Amino acid sequence: MIEMIIITGLIASGVYALLAIGFSLIFGAARIINLTHTAFYMLAAYLIYTFTSSFGLNPILSIIVSIIAVTIIGVLVYMLVIERVRAHETTVLIVTMALAIIIQEVVLLAFGGHFRGVSSLISGYATILGIKVTYQYLLTFGMVFIILFGTWALLMKTKLGIAIRATAQDREVANLMGINVARIGMITMAIAVALAAIAGALVAPLFTLTPYMWMHPLVMVLAVVVLGGLGSIKGSFVGAIILGFTETLVVFLVPTGAFLKGSVALAIMLVIILIRPEGLFGVSFEEER
Amino acid sequence: MISIVNAYIGRVYKEFRDEILVLPSKTIVLLFCLILFLIPLMTSELYILRILILASIFAIFAASWDLLSGFTGQMNFGHALFFGVAGYTSALLNLYVGLPPWLTIPIGAVAAVLAGLVVGVPCLRLRGPYLALATLAFPLILTGIIYIFPDITGGELGVSGIDPLSGSRLIDYYIAISLMIGLGFIMWKITGSKTGIIFHAIREDEVAVRASGINTTKYKLLAFCLSGLFAGIAGGLYVHFMRIAGPTSTLALMVSFQAIIWAIFGGIATIYGPIAGVFILVPVTELLRVMPEIRMLLFAVIVLLVLLFMPEGITTWVRDKIEKECPRCKVRNIATRKICRICSADLD
Repeated sequence: MIEMIIITGLIASGVYALLAIGFSLIFGAARIINLTHTAFYMLAAYLIYTFTSSFGLNPILSIIVSIIAVTIIGVLVYMLVIERVRAHETTVLIVTMALAIIIQEVVLLAFGGHFRGVSSLISGYATILGIKVTYQYLLTFGMVFIILFGTWALLMKTKLGIAIRATAQDREVANLMGINVARIGMITMAIAVALAAIAGALVAPLFTLTPYMWMHPLVMVLAVVVLGGLGSIKGSFVGAIILGFTETLVVFLVPTGAFLKGSVALAIMLVIILIRPEGLFGVSFEEER
Repeated sequence: MISIVNAYIGRVYKEFRDEILVLPSKTIVLLFCLILFLIPLMTSELYILRILILASIFAIFAASWDLLSGFTGQMNFGHALFFGVAGYTSALLNLYVGLPPWLTIPIGAVAAVLAGLVVGVPCLRLRGPYLALATLAFPLILTGIIYIFPDITGGELGVSGIDPLSGSRLIDYYIAISLMIGLGFIMWKITGSKTGIIFHAIREDEVAVRASGINTTKYKLLAFCLSGLFAGIAGGLYVHFMRIAGPTSTLALMVSFQAIIWAIFGGIATIYGPIAGVFILVPVTELLRVMPEIRMLLFAVIVLLVLLFMPEGITTWVRDKIEKECPRCKVRNIATRKICRICSADLD
């Protein structure tokens, strides 16, 4: 029981962390609340399913192709649609919501509403401290940590990362310092969508695929990001762990847990932001008027 | 005696001509209301009346979102909370206590006002995206609570067997459209009053409003309560019309987003915008029923395209085409005029 809670909790936290960091990045760099974010995650999972089941492509190759394809779609959507309405904050919400629905409906048309599954990349299991853990889970944990570390290194150690963080802090000053703010927005969008696609690739063998699988993660990602503080990578990580484990604990320990998992996680988020309105690690937006 | 009556009618007519007919947008609103009242004479098709009743109810709901989020700038992503609280309150009171609809709907609306206070008080400390995402949580938490008490709330299936609004579809129709026009007019008047101007100012610059000695906390709470009141009336009407209160039809994420889609599509911070948005999009959604597979897809594409070309919403776009604002006195004039009708300044 406890080992199942830990494993499921870690998987949920890892996926939420990957999704939330991308969401947080694009909010920081371009001030866009991108409700399409988790739709890209769903799309990536479905593309992998298509490539492996229908075209019979090598799984690793199909994962790479899907991630690249989804990233290109994300950047195109950003350039052709989101960029044009960016000035109207509320319009961005509806436009990204509409895009998410379009992706959902296209997937629904192409695949139908049946549950789909992608086979694991590797089979077998290892025994750690007397607990059986499948290699697929271990691979997922490993990938989550590598990707999270890579994102952290990119943001903290490279020039591009400094430019992204500078744009997030103050667009105008960043622009004055010679940073091409529009291009940084686009690059950030690419990184964010790629992170979402990677999350989709990681869960594809673990979860069942449905065209509606983006809705619950979207709510959870919004909660994680608010809980950790918008624009904070560390916050998204800690928030994802808190909410991922909360959700898992509720599902495993409460009799009607599956109905309640969202409610309890959201209630915890509410309590935390009522105590700290800017989230755990967020910066206060007091000066933005 | 007759001359007094004549003079009075003359004055009313002059007032009518100078205030309403002079502006195309107001004339359109008047015509729209007249047509709504006359539609039952032209058709007795129950299906058309049903769509218009639902559109009226949703119009109240979308306009109440506009009052809070469009005018006061307090982004509410969980507007379904008010709809659902009022809907469930009305439904449960009707079913278990046996109160008639004309009592349960106001009581439901009061419950929604209380919900507005419950949401408003904690959310006063939050701003911008934090507020939006915190409000999102409330209806989803309530959905969870509904699921754990299936004996009272019916769980996933909801509460059914509620009394209808009235016996006949025609009376329902007139109740719905009169309430829609009446409440829409009240909301529009609120936004033009002193309170409405303060709401507007809070959206533009809250710090400046506070610096002017205005208690913004009080006004923000007031906005939450007023919005809750109107959304609550819509929620009560909805459950009594549909005769079922279920979590997916009143509390789901999509209900909140639907209100935002209608409002932004029509044009926010106008009140008439969301109403127009609903009366355009609800019939469109119904027309798309002939193609059930691609219905949602087409709906999303239409919304997307309209917003790409008219990012401020459809009514704002149309209004700016047919009217222009006087640069000196800020009064709106018909686009064909060369000089302002009030201060005779040049318009171009």
